[in-house]
Amino acid sequence: MLAEELKAIASQERDASASRTACINVCGAAGCHSLESNALKDALVEAAAVQGYSAETYAVRKVGCLGLCGAGPLVSVDPSGILYQRVKPSDAAELIGSLDGPPVERIRLDSSLPFFARQKRIVLENSGRIDPERLEDYIAADGYLALTKVLSEMTPLEVVAEIHKSGLRGRGGAGYPTGLKWGTVAKAIGSPKLVICNADEGDPGAFMDRSVLESDPHRVLEGMAIAAYATGASEGYIYVRAEYPLAVERLKTAIRLAERHGLLGNNICGSSFNFRIFIRLGAGAFVCGEETALIASIEGLRGTPRPRPPYPAESGLWRHPTLINNVETYANVAPIIRNGASWFAQIGTERSKGTKVFALAGAIANAGLIEVPMGITLRDIIFQIGGGIPEGRAFKAVQTGGPSGGCIPESFLDTPVDYETLSKLGSIMGSGGMIVMDETSSMVDVARYFMEFCMTESCGKCIPCRAGTAQMHELLGRFTNQTAGPSDLGLLESLCDMVKHTSLCGLGQSAPNPVISTLRYFRAEYEAGFAREGVS
Amino acid sequence: MRKLGNQRHALIEALHSLQQSFGYLDKPGLTYVAASLKIPLSRVYGVATFYNHFTLKPQGEHACVVCTGTACYIKGARELLKSVSAQQGIGPGETSPDGRLSVLTARCFGACGLAPVVVIDSDVVGRLTPDLLQQKLRGVTSRAR
Repeated sequence: MLAEELKAIASQERDASASRTACINVCGAAGCHSLESNALKDALVEAAAVQGYSAETYAVRKVGCLGLCGAGPLVSVDPSGILYQRVKPSDAAELIGSLDGPPVERIRLDSSLPFFARQKRIVLENSGRIDPERLEDYIAADGYLALTKVLSEMTPLEVVAEIHKSGLRGRGGAGYPTGLKWGTVAKAIGSPKLVICNADEGDPGAFMDRSVLESDPHRVLEGMAIAAYATGASEGYIYVRAEYPLAVERLKTAIRLAERHGLLGNNICGSSFNFRIFIRLGAGAFVCGEETALIASIEGLRGTPRPRPPYPAESGLWRHPTLINNVETYANVAPIIRNGASWFAQIGTERSKGTKVFALAGAIANAGLIEVPMGITLRDIIFQIGGGIPEGRAFKAVQTGGPSGGCIPESFLDTPVDYETLSKLGSIMGSGGMIVMDETSSMVDVARYFMEFCMTESCGKCIPCRAGTAQMHELLGRFTNQTAGPSDLGLLESLCDMVKHTSLCGLGQSAPNPVISTLRYFRAEYEAGFAREGVS
Repeated sequence: MRKLGNQRHALIEALHSLQQSFGYLDKPGLTYVAASLKIPLSRVYGVATFYNHFTLKPQGEHACVVCTGTACYIKGARELLKSVSAQQGIGPGETSPDGRLSVLTARCFGACGLAPVVVIDSDVVGRLTPDLLQQKLRGVTSRAR
């Protein structure tokens, strides 16, 4: 497909939507999907037909995630922008009947809430606005414009330089500068080169990648294609969790549509650039989020990591130079190319640019998916956007980064969120899971929960991680059973230090983080776990 | 397997298809995969046991998968699991003696907004309490699949 054809489709789509009086968008992402949003959509279509609205003037569409998953199923109405929450199929007739009059206040969700107003959407800009199963919708939202731009106007080196200038850093957690990574792969000797998208979102409590893949899959494909052009790769793999069947289905549809329209495959957009994308299913192993373990898994082996160097950029999948980025990183690429690196670089803080998507969950009023500019404070996220703690309970801690991250107490809530400050607090940015805990949660118990997770997910290749996590889990159990002795605390601390510094891969190196951070901020809770007189 | 060109790196994909067709991985199936992909059976077994998704035991008619991700854990997944185990008399990873129900656990379905979440057969059910879950399960197990 050529740039002119893209423009033609885009304007055709825009005309069609301009000629409609209203469009009713039903959220079809996993959260609302499980609340039977499909039945709701059917009921809305039926109600519209019964009340005599034609499909040309009033369309009912299934769209991607609308964000506030805790209040699903969600429905939005364009162009008025009215949002409805917890809509049942029985509400359909009333909702359709209100299209020409005042909205149904009973189920209305105020869209001026801080939850919506304080967000800045780049990665999620199309989420909830387009039908993820229609290529035309994505094109109408300036989709694939960035790909045609790089193919016709930029050299691969210029693309790498642009990404570097934008200051984009890896959104998988570690925050390695994306431009540097791309540059290394572009310079690496060997062919073919490969591009991998890490969609193995193993962190329990995180669902950003799932949402992006379900709501806007073409954005990820476009980002991968641009990365492939910049690095000289010809094949791409998306490694996605088998637990996300809806995301896999939508990715398959998206790849098929893109190939049919010449946006993937051979001679993309009439250029000499060829790029194909394949899907590989994960099989439930947290360690496969680590890049060398992920590569082993794509090769059909047990997902165990190997020592680096050599880094995958030099010798990765089948020993070819391989670029690995996370879903959210690729999702940032197209807007950067479209709007320019300096536009992106002005968002965020000095060293962390752009926005970050967080999955807010746990003891919080507005559970759901949010995208905020870097540098926003944790307090703003939790109390303004998140709406605070429900049931009148008090805030205790927020856990970021999943099993590799740490718990942050109330006293540090005013620190701005970026890669550096979070790691200074003993946590990590991580992939974006953010679990809020109220006063009823025991921090030792939480630490033990994460340690159990790391223990069962340890691949068993290196001893510090395999044996260390089991020992720490056992020790933490003594604290939760109140059978610990004073020497156990010292033992726990030295084990943390040992596992952190001697493990082979990121899983082991970061496994002690939940313990270290809770020891730092909630030491009294550990001390309460010492055996009392007469109890042993 | 043919779709993936009988290539060695297609092992995980092949195991996925096998499990989808038969519900679990049995020895004849693993031997067949090993032979057609020209991989030692020991390595096939190694891969099949490494990943949580694969199971070597036959599963019950219905499956009740309790999410034990962080958000669900905070919101009471433990109580859900306890109550199911008590009701059915089986622990996580086990199948009831009459073969009607398997109780399993999983790490996060990415539906944390609805925590705590349980997947019954392939339906995600959110915002559960132990009582509600028992009620749902009674409904599921009493009807034939």
